[in-house]
Amino acid sequence: MTVRTSLPETRVKAPERKRALPPLLVHLLAALGAFAVIVVLTLVTDEFTNLRIATIGYYLIAVAGLTLLTGLTGQVSLGHGAFMFIGAYTVALLVRRVPSFPLWADLLLASAAGGLAGLLAGAAAARLRGPYLAGATLALAVGLPALTRRFPDFLGGSNGLNFTVHSRPSGVVGVIPELRWQTWIVWLSVLLALVLVVNIVRGRLGRDFRAVRDDEVAASLSGIAVGRTKILAFLVSAVCGGLAGGLQAFLLGTAAPGSFTPALSLSLLAAVVLGGLGSLWGALWGAVALVYFQAWSEDLADVLHFNTDVANNLPLAVYGVILIVVVLAFPRGIQGGFQWLRARLKSSRRAEGER
Amino acid sequence: MQDFFDLTLGGISAGAVYAALGLALVIIYRATRVVNFAQPALALISTYLAYSVTKATGSYWLGFAVAIVAGTVLGVATERLLIRPLRHRSELSAIIVTLGLLMVLQAVAGMIWSNEPLAFPYAFDFRGRFSANDLFVVLVVLAIAALVLVVFKYTPLGLRMRAAAFAPEVARTLGVRVGLMLTVGWGLAAGVGSLAGLLATPPFLFPNVLDGVFVYALTAAVVGGLDNPLGTIAGGFVLGLGLSYVSGYLGPELVTIAALAILVVVLTVRPSGLFGRAKVRRV
Repeated sequence: MTVRTSLPETRVKAPERKRALPPLLVHLLAALGAFAVIVVLTLVTDEFTNLRIATIGYYLIAVAGLTLLTGLTGQVSLGHGAFMFIGAYTVALLVRRVPSFPLWADLLLASAAGGLAGLLAGAAAARLRGPYLAGATLALAVGLPALTRRFPDFLGGSNGLNFTVHSRPSGVVGVIPELRWQTWIVWLSVLLALVLVVNIVRGRLGRDFRAVRDDEVAASLSGIAVGRTKILAFLVSAVCGGLAGGLQAFLLGTAAPGSFTPALSLSLLAAVVLGGLGSLWGALWGAVALVYFQAWSEDLADVLHFNTDVANNLPLAVYGVILIVVVLAFPRGIQGGFQWLRARLKSSRRAEGER
Repeated sequence: MQDFFDLTLGGISAGAVYAALGLALVIIYRATRVVNFAQPALALISTYLAYSVTKATGSYWLGFAVAIVAGTVLGVATERLLIRPLRHRSELSAIIVTLGLLMVLQAVAGMIWSNEPLAFPYAFDFRGRFSANDLFVVLVVLAIAALVLVVFKYTPLGLRMRAAAFAPEVARTLGVRVGLMLTVGWGLAAGVGSLAGLLATPPFLFPNVLDGVFVYALTAAVVGGLDNPLGTIAGGFVLGLGLSYVSGYLGPELVTIAALAILVVVLTVRPSGLFGRAKVRRV
C-alpha cells in the first residue's frame, strides 16, 4: 500500500511529465487549450450564445480579480463596479478621441487606468479593515458613476458614450461574424490576464496574500510588508476590473453609467461567494452563474407571465438569496462542493482498492 | 453670504438624517460587531409600508407609527434568523449576509411597489428656508438620540445591553440574557433606522432612494467612531454641513466622492474615527 499525503497534489492540470516545465509555460499552454475550447464552442453555437460566452469572459476576469482580493487577501470590496466603470470609459474615450490607437493598446490602457485607481484605493484600504473598507469601497461604487453627470460634455452624461470599433482585420470580414471575432478577442485577453493572475496566486506573492488574510500580525512577524501586500492585491484586482470594463465597452460598443450601479458591484461579490471564496476555479462558476441566472430569471419571468416589476427585480433577488444561503449553509461555494465530491470519489476508490 | 447661510441650514437638516441612520448602525455595531449593510433596506421596506398605510387610511401619522413598528420587527427577525447563526464566523460572513439581505429586500420592494418613484409626503410644510419640516427633522433626531443615550447610560436595560456587548461571558454568569439583549439592540436600531428612512425619503420613494443616504450615514458613523453614538451624531451633522457646501459650491454630483474623500482622510489620520477608541487587537 502506498502512503498518501492528505494534502491535495499540485493543482496544475497538466499531466505528470510536464511538471518539469516552468509554471508560466504550463499556464500558458492551459490558456491556449482553453482558448481552443472557446473557439470550438463559439463555432458550434449561435450568435446569441456567442454573446453570452463573451459576457462570461469579461465577468470571469472581474470576478477572478475580486476573488484574489476578497478570497485570498481577505479585503472586502463593494466597489469593483467602479474599476469596471473606469476601464469602460477609458476604452470609450480612447476609441472616440484617439482612433489611431490599436485595440490592444486601448485595452492595456484601460487595465492601467483601473490599476491606477486601484493603487489609490489600495493605499487608503491598507489602513482600513473589514466594515470600514466595505463602506469606503461602497462610496466609490455609488459616487464614481455620478461623475458622468458632472462632466456631460466629456463623459456623455447619463446616456454615456457610444462608439464603433472595427476590430476585424480585413482578411476575415465576411468569413467570421463580427460578434464571434469579438468573443475571441474578449477571451484571448481574459485568458492572458488569467495566466498572470494564476501565476501571481500560485507564487510567492500569492502566499503573502494568504498569510495576510489569515493573520496580519503573524504575517508581519514573518517579514511580510502587510500594507504593501494589501496595496498590491488591490492593484492586481483593479487591473482585472479595468480590463473587464474595457472588454465590456468593446463588446457592447457603449459605456454608460447605468451599467455600473452598486448592484453590479454587489453581484460581482455574489459571484465570488457563490463560486467559492478563495478559489480561482470558483470565479469561473461564479461568472457563468452571473450570466445564466440573469438569463434564466428572464426566461422564468416570461414563462410564468410575471409582470415587469417582478421580472426586472428577479435577478437581484436571486443574487441576494444566493449570498445568504451560500454563506449560511455552503460557505465553501460551488468549488467547495466539487472538492468535496472529488474527495469522496477518491476515498471510495481507495476503499475499493484496499479490499 | 446668503448662499452660505442657506447651505448651512440645509446641511443641518440633512445631517440630522445621516446622524439618525448612523446611530442605527452604531447601536448594532456596539451590540454585535456587525455593520448592518441591510439597514437601508429595512428602512426602505418600512417606508413603503408607511406609504401604503397612508394611502389607504389618509393618515400620515398612522403610516409613520406602522413604519417604526415594522422596522423594529424586521430588525429583530434579521438578528434571530440571519445574524445569530453566524456569531462564531468571520466578519466577512456577516457583511456578505447583510448585503444579501439588502439585495433581496430592495428587489422585493421593487416587485411589490415597482421601481417607479412614488410621491411620498413630508411630515410638515417643507417650503421656505429652514421650514417647519426641517425643524421637525432636527428635533426628532435630537430627541431620539437623547433617548437612546439615556437608555444606554441610565436604565437597567441599557446597562444589561452594554454588559452583553462588552463582556458577554461575564454578563451571562451574572444572569444577563445576552442573546435577548442583542435582539433588543437590533430591534431598537432598526426602529431608529426606519425613522431615519421616513425623514430622508421625501419627496420621492423608490427602491434605491436610501442608497446615498446610507453611504453618508456610514461615513458619519465611521468618522464619528463606529462604537461611539455621540461621536456619530456629531459626525452626522458635520458631514451634513460639509456635503451641503460641496453640493452648493462644487456641484451635487461630487457629493458622494467628497464623502469618500472625507472618510479616507479621517481614517488615515485617526484609524478609529475622530471620537472612537483605539482598539488593541489581541495577537
